[in-house]
Amino acid sequence: MIDMTIVELSRWQFAATAMYHFIFVPLTIGLSVMMAIMESVYVMTGREVWRKATLFWGTLFGVNFAMGVATGIVMEYQFGMNWSYYSHYVGDVFGAPLAIEGLMAFFLEATFIGLFFFGWDRLSKLGHLTVTWLVAIGANFSALWILIANGWMQNPVGAKFNPDTMRMEVTDFIVVIFNPVAQAKFVHTVSAGYVCGAVFIFAISCLFLLQGKHVEMAKRSMIVAASFGLASALSVVVLGDESGYVATEHQKMKIAAMEAGYHTEPAPAPWTIFALPGPDGGAPEFSIQVPWMGGLITTRSFDTVLPGIEELVDHAQTRIRSGIIAYDALQEIRAGNIDGDDVDARLVFEQHWPDLGYGLLLKRYREDVGNATDEQIAQAAADTVPDVWPLFWTFRIMMGLGFFFIAFFAMWFYRASRGWLETSRPLLWVGFLALPLPWVAIESGWFIAEFGRQPWVVEGVLPTFYAASGLNFWDLVISLSFFTLLYSTLFVIMIMLMVRIIKAGPQDKLFAHEEDDQDFVIAALPSTPATRELV
Amino acid sequence: MSTAIPLDYETLRLIWWLLLGVLLIGFAVMGGRDMGVGALLPFAARTDDERRVLLNLVGPTWEGNQVWLILGGGAIFAAFPPLYAVSFSGFYLAMIVILLALILRPVGFKFRGKIKDPRWRATWDWALFIGGFVPALIMGVAVGNVLLGAPFHLDDTMRAFYTGNFFLLLMPFGLLTGLVSVGMIVTQGAAVIAGRTTGPVAERARTYGSLAGVLTLVLFALGGIWVAFWMDGYAITSVVDGNAAINPLAKTVVLTRGGWVANYGLYPWMIAAPVLGFIGLIGAVVGLQARLRLPTLLASSIAIFGIVSTAGLSLFPFLLPSSTVPESSLTLWDASSSHLTLFIMLLVTVFFLPIILLYTAWVFRVMRGNVSTQSLEKNPNAY
Repeated sequence: MIDMTIVELSRWQFAATAMYHFIFVPLTIGLSVMMAIMESVYVMTGREVWRKATLFWGTLFGVNFAMGVATGIVMEYQFGMNWSYYSHYVGDVFGAPLAIEGLMAFFLEATFIGLFFFGWDRLSKLGHLTVTWLVAIGANFSALWILIANGWMQNPVGAKFNPDTMRMEVTDFIVVIFNPVAQAKFVHTVSAGYVCGAVFIFAISCLFLLQGKHVEMAKRSMIVAASFGLASALSVVVLGDESGYVATEHQKMKIAAMEAGYHTEPAPAPWTIFALPGPDGGAPEFSIQVPWMGGLITTRSFDTVLPGIEELVDHAQTRIRSGIIAYDALQEIRAGNIDGDDVDARLVFEQHWPDLGYGLLLKRYREDVGNATDEQIAQAAADTVPDVWPLFWTFRIMMGLGFFFIAFFAMWFYRASRGWLETSRPLLWVGFLALPLPWVAIESGWFIAEFGRQPWVVEGVLPTFYAASGLNFWDLVISLSFFTLLYSTLFVIMIMLMVRIIKAGPQDKLFAHEEDDQDFVIAALPSTPATRELV
Repeated sequence: MSTAIPLDYETLRLIWWLLLGVLLIGFAVMGGRDMGVGALLPFAARTDDERRVLLNLVGPTWEGNQVWLILGGGAIFAAFPPLYAVSFSGFYLAMIVILLALILRPVGFKFRGKIKDPRWRATWDWALFIGGFVPALIMGVAVGNVLLGAPFHLDDTMRAFYTGNFFLLLMPFGLLTGLVSVGMIVTQGAAVIAGRTTGPVAERARTYGSLAGVLTLVLFALGGIWVAFWMDGYAITSVVDGNAAINPLAKTVVLTRGGWVANYGLYPWMIAAPVLGFIGLIGAVVGLQARLRLPTLLASSIAIFGIVSTAGLSLFPFLLPSSTVPESSLTLWDASSSHLTLFIMLLVTVFFLPIILLYTAWVFRVMRGNVSTQSLEKNPNAY
């Protein structure tokens, strides 16, 4: 039997390291594109202030990029370390997009990032601009492949279970790539990264204006951030809706949980703005609803019925029963590897394999899935409901912020077009204080996507608890403690450094005297070298 | 489906085994530069200026070099999922140590130069030392333990059970291979430093690099003797069908004394690998002493190529032998991805790898020559 403590600890570790990684990545995605835009303006207009802006935001980008790399390596390796059975079970499908991400995207970004910082005096203007765009393209393509991998966990298309190898195998890679969930997720997530970058640049520029420092650079940065931010915020919400729309096709349960929709409502379903859980923590007793809106958001139609949690649990029972048949057939086939007589079993398996994952849900309660009692089947079916209330509220936080960003950037876009950027100090304060909000929205979104998928690690294919490595308790205590310690320390240091960089502001004298540079031999250290030895 | 794939399964498995070698050697050569410099940092460079010179020597290119490692991990996942699943979870705490050390590198490079306090900088110098030294050591220890066989077995559902622990990894042979790994990257780092600096830093690098080269040579030879005479190697005794669906449990395996050198009798050309290892090491030491620049780096890279290849070729066709249930051992024939996945990944790799090599070469060309300390002064992003 699988040790649930190990599973819980493994989940905590993965969630903590992934959410931590996801603090830096969206910002670098957004900043990389905005740096490329600013540098493009510099190359086109030749005005020094744009280069100054590119460099200043680039320095902040660099710190976040370093944190992203430091935490990203952990992500790449953690599947095998903590989710060993997952790695075997779906590695044939899931490993490929991760490897392609390295080949196509991360190599590009990581190779050119050095030139972005060190190539200013070694490349032509256009050459350096190309480098900056390549970094931005690398960052965006990285997101594409990671989200193709993640999209497959939400909607596992283009693959089939092979009873001979005991794993999911690719049948059509094109289908994996053009998975509609993956595509919607990509646009939604990348747009969210752009909003994050735009709010970041905007908020810090507001701070500069409040302090009356670096006004020229700040105002120009605000104009870029407001227009880029407005477009991105619209795209996040419009295409975030797309994400929900697609989810109804494949992830009805997640939607039902996000909406606390315990009962199936006649179409078009209402949308709940506020609700309180009932006395048993389940179906709400009190709620404020807007008629029709729920149906429109989630199905984009007036007549598609949104199934409620209770109906979906009933359906899960049916699939579990079918899954038991698949599991038994699989046992026969595996035994038949030796005696070779498994023709009937293969026919049965062929019919029932899509429900095999549902059969595996029973593994939590007994090893011999075939002998599961009705009670255990009902328990396993009830397990298919993720925790409703955390999802309900995080979804509302994320959505609320999504609309806030549209209003925020629309207002600032208007003010920028009227030349009113500095006229209102209270509004500049609003702009500055918006700084942490994108992260609240982004982490909420990540939480909804991943926590809402539970109890599955791969929707309908592999239950999370069944995917963990057989580690022991102390392995996980040690790794979790060290990650927490190191990550917290680094976070404090990073914030401190960012504050210093922001306080120092853009460097006026940077590269101002390039012609003085002599390319002397490294060993010719400065005439007054720092002779004090470091420990 | 398989009729539509122009390369047969067996060939693809062999190609991917070779490609995996290319990626790992790519990391050892490219990442070894930076990790070697990191491991030498507190010793070869004493003052802040000296250390900055070293950091900025590898600073502009180290991030790209590290992607070889990330790609290596990704390629194992995509091409040999059972290997990824078993080895990464089995060597769990060793992997954690490697990761914690690797985390220190990007932040070390980025954070160090941002504050001009000697204690701050010295702290990050040691963090960068750990980031270079520790992963090299543990990865080497891991290779030694692969040769010894790892205590794991698979059940019928292909779930892996690992019965060893972290400290068992640190037995004498594991430590020996760990030191070979450290010695090899220190030699590489010294070749880089000596190749692009002069003065006391270069002198120290020559001394440490030569010592490391000689030590690696001795330990590599000792490792060879150990493997040939004092250690059991594994061999498959059942018929291997390179085109069959994966099933590691379908084979029978025997252990024989010196079994890991059997391949050199079967395929005499493989002897080239250890020979290149020795020649490269000798060349690197001679080059360091003779104050040659590029030839030293080339020789040291050849040494890495030879040493890593020796480990891979000795194991062939094994990827990860099991010491407790040898039948559970993973080989390249029974631990790969599906035929289709291997083929698709080959297409992607054949397309992108040359592009990667081209732009990496271009970036190295742009950043060639020496880093001027004035430009370090003016660039807020210099390390």
